[in-house]
Amino acid sequence: MVEDYKGYRGKALATLKNFNAQVWSDVEIKTTKGIYKGIILPRSETADPFHIVIKLRVGYNIGVAADSVTDIKIEGRKEAHYKIPEKDFPRDPSKPNVKLLGTGGTIASRLDYRTGAVIPAFSPGELYGSVPELANFCNLDTEKLYGVFSENMGPEQWIGTAKAIGREIEKGVDGIVVGHGTDTMHHTAAILSFMVQNSPVPIVMVGSQRSSDRPSSDAALNLMHSVKTAAESDIAEVMVCMFGPTSDYYGLLHRGTRVRKMHSSYRSTFRTIGDIPIAKVSRDEIIPLRQDYKRRRKDHNVKINTSFEEKVSIVYYYPNMQPDIIESLIDNDYKGIVIAGTGLGHVNKPLYPALKRAHEKGIAIYMTVQTLWGFVQMYVYDTGRDMMELGVIPAANMLPEVAYMKLCWALGQTSNPQKLKDIMLTPIAGEITEREPSNGYLIYQGGLPEVEEFIAKYVK
Amino acid sequence: MKDFLFKPFEEMTEKDYETVGFKSGLEIHQQLLTSKKLFCRCPAGKYSERYDAEILRHMRPTLSELGEYDGTALMEFKTKKDIIYRINRDTVCTYEMDDTPPFLINDEALDIALECGLLFDCSIVDELHIARKQYLDGSIPTGFQRTAIFALDGKIPYKNRTIDIVQMSIEEDSCREVSDYGHTRVYLTDRLGMPLIETVTGPNMRTPFEAAEVAEICANVVRSTNKVRRGIGSAREDVNVSVDGGTRVEIKGVPKIGRIPLLTYNEAMRQWNLLRLREELHKRGITKDTFEAKWDDVTRIVKRAHYQPIANAIEQGFKVKCVLLKKYAGLLHWQTQTDTYFSKEISDRVRIIACLTNIPNIIHSDSKGENITSAEWRNIKHAVGATDDDTMVLVWGNEIDTDTAVKEIIIRAKEATIGVPSETRQALRDGTNGFERILPGPDRMYPDTDLPPTRITNERLKILSPNLPEKFWISEEWYKQLGIPKDTMRELSISKFAKLFKRAVVEWKLDPVMIAVALIQFPKRLKKMKLDISLISVDMMEEILHAYKEGLLSRSGILIAMEKSIKKGKFYPELLPRPLTSKELDDIIVQTKQEIDKIKFSNTEKRNEVIIGFTMNKVRMNIEGNTVREKILFKS
Repeated sequence: MVEDYKGYRGKALATLKNFNAQVWSDVEIKTTKGIYKGIILPRSETADPFHIVIKLRVGYNIGVAADSVTDIKIEGRKEAHYKIPEKDFPRDPSKPNVKLLGTGGTIASRLDYRTGAVIPAFSPGELYGSVPELANFCNLDTEKLYGVFSENMGPEQWIGTAKAIGREIEKGVDGIVVGHGTDTMHHTAAILSFMVQNSPVPIVMVGSQRSSDRPSSDAALNLMHSVKTAAESDIAEVMVCMFGPTSDYYGLLHRGTRVRKMHSSYRSTFRTIGDIPIAKVSRDEIIPLRQDYKRRRKDHNVKINTSFEEKVSIVYYYPNMQPDIIESLIDNDYKGIVIAGTGLGHVNKPLYPALKRAHEKGIAIYMTVQTLWGFVQMYVYDTGRDMMELGVIPAANMLPEVAYMKLCWALGQTSNPQKLKDIMLTPIAGEITEREPSNGYLIYQGGLPEVEEFIAKYVK
Repeated sequence: MKDFLFKPFEEMTEKDYETVGFKSGLEIHQQLLTSKKLFCRCPAGKYSERYDAEILRHMRPTLSELGEYDGTALMEFKTKKDIIYRINRDTVCTYEMDDTPPFLINDEALDIALECGLLFDCSIVDELHIARKQYLDGSIPTGFQRTAIFALDGKIPYKNRTIDIVQMSIEEDSCREVSDYGHTRVYLTDRLGMPLIETVTGPNMRTPFEAAEVAEICANVVRSTNKVRRGIGSAREDVNVSVDGGTRVEIKGVPKIGRIPLLTYNEAMRQWNLLRLREELHKRGITKDTFEAKWDDVTRIVKRAHYQPIANAIEQGFKVKCVLLKKYAGLLHWQTQTDTYFSKEISDRVRIIACLTNIPNIIHSDSKGENITSAEWRNIKHAVGATDDDTMVLVWGNEIDTDTAVKEIIIRAKEATIGVPSETRQALRDGTNGFERILPGPDRMYPDTDLPPTRITNERLKILSPNLPEKFWISEEWYKQLGIPKDTMRELSISKFAKLFKRAVVEWKLDPVMIAVALIQFPKRLKKMKLDISLISVDMMEEILHAYKEGLLSRSGILIAMEKSIKKGKFYPELLPRPLTSKELDDIIVQTKQEIDKIKFSNTEKRNEVIIGFTMNKVRMNIEGNTVREKILFKS
């Protein structure tokens, strides 16, 4: 059985089989170099086929070259049972009821021996076992919808999640938390903002940038912030709740359609783009930063619209882009294209004929900006006007990923260009704002004395 | 009853240590001399207390690879500390802040580590697996140290036996603590991430002095590579101590080898006395099963106390709680270490785990007086229902911290019925030690999922092996035969010049004593002249000694050539003096004599000495003194 020699192949596998030494065996391995005592661990499948991994008595692991092994004496077996102590979540009728829906991600994870990386493990009872503080805020119920990395989220999962949210709201839950991998959390936040409309309760997306198997993980605090928000806040919107600063200090509640992951590894990676976040949340309080959010209601009414068209693409324009990129989308029956154009929303001239052909074939083309901040403005230059002539529609200040999600959703509802345009350009969840406040664009540059003074003064 | 009683440090004999079954092992930490840190590209060895920003973190325990929690981790979690890191951008990047994943291990550091492993005759592991070793005290922002075993099963000769080198690991250094007060601990991050190796010996040392000697030997082995850092904080020892019936206890972060003997003596005494305390408890009928303790809030009773710490607590609205330890009368005053008593064990736990950091943080009825009045003690005694056989411990602070403190006092008192708790203890200046944390076990290890295993090939070792320094004790045997002065021997054997010395003596047949002095003592003289002797490279000395061998320099010329080379930054052949012919030397002597003629001498014998001296000043660099002397004395 493969499980008995998990991850091993080639010479290492042959050696283990030769001595009948399965993984988790407590062994004494004799080699030409010396004798090692410990437990044979599974091996990552991506690691080479020449070494056997053993956990020494002191807890360290080493790799032993299979071809140096002369004998393996099996003295016992100790299989790992990686399980966070599960505890029943305490019930308090005076506390709000919150539902945590799991889709995967590093908010809860464990070691995967197949790849040597961490894999999601979302067992609700474990959450209380590891973050008992959650009981201060609510009665928590959990449901594992999916167990996928965020890059593997797709229409099936988005639709399923939206429907699950709808069910919970109808059942009368006071708030919803969605556990999600961080990489595409803003995509899911955007589509849920469209699919779940008029929610009477907060819908809070949360993840972690450091997996929960690390002592300094942001998972526990993010979870506390999100559960508090779901339980107590009066913000009935789809939000992303992640670290404000990199410190274990407070979280920010970002509107689901204006948020983006901006750093590959920082804890404070999520930022509201072109606007300010809705609120600041700590373990003790939720401080709104603005007032124009949708309020919590007592009813259980919600509109779930899970329309979705999969044949939509984002084209991230670059100088020297060849028209065949667009041609291939046309030839592959794509129904919609979101362009992330340069500057105010531009692409080069050689693309024009292809865009024209796309338009004529009825493909919806919307323009966004790869600068992320700012509006598309296609009147300023002739080239912009030319493109509009070709049927390219400016999508105001929708973020490219948000425009993509909205186009998928809108095309799922209609193929009529005018109706489509109405849906696309009528803001439903703050995806297009009428105005950009001047504090909506703040990327301070390090090195400047006033910025350094600020950094020195406040917790980062 | 254990009859033996510890004597003062100076009076302890080898026999005494044998009686108590003294055992000691070492964990020697040594920073490696690399230009960059171990898992990122920050510069190594740049220290500064200046900082640009601060970040705040909390630590939570996580499960080990085998699915278990580590005891230390749970203890640290009880403390609930705000941990502040001071960030200096010149020395720290987003990796150390735990906001960027690690880069691949620094190969320069790994090579140095492997050299050290080979020098200890270890077997080098075939594949390096980086582990995360949990540290919830906050000394590393990730909450774990990246570390990997690279060598196992080495040995070094000592006296007429061998000391085992159990394992060696390569790891990243931790933060420097700035302060720890109440619930806030502050760290500087400049040292964080520096590459270091940890060498673990077997528990083979039988006296405190042996522990120090072996530490010295191990330190010298790695120093002999000349690729490790020197200076304050670059080498630190953890010393494990146990006695018969005791427990392995780790004394952490001993900065100087010279402090090991007294520290290990005190720890052995502490363990011995704790075992005697256990006997006393058992005699009183107290075991872990019959142990009894209770506690009460006594704030009301002491609210008018004049004892300052309690009066202050009352004023701030804090609580005062009393723990009653049944039948413990007198035992808090049981001696553990030199001038240190069992009450200190309890006070330490309260300070560290309950974060009541203002000392004194407890008072107890075993040493009344100078705190609250006997009347107040009587009232408390009455209130908690204590008898004369019991001990009362008072602790004060806010509600939550005093709750933790009460629990810890009871835990520690109860542990006394079991024996010596497994602890990591802190080395104190007076040679005693204090509680730091529960001794961590293998459960705090977790594989680092951010980095792949690294194969250590035989080819890599084959490149390193020929360049290893000679083992210093072998060199020293040879030096002894050569008659090298004692004060020079050890320095030479671990010096970067050891190989050059061997070549100069074996190949070039130069005078060993003179060469040893030139290589070891001359730099010291130049240092006194405020010259930067770090500029004296092996290449520089090789060229200078070669010039000497070729007769281009005199003995005294070596020192001058070194001085000139330092000033120029390197050796240039032009620094060498032009060779003098015998005729030229004669001319110089004649000229010198003429100068001397102007001076009147009371004693004509001195005249020749002066001529020799004056002449030497002109030709010191290329003519030996004897030649000049002979010429002058012979001619005059």
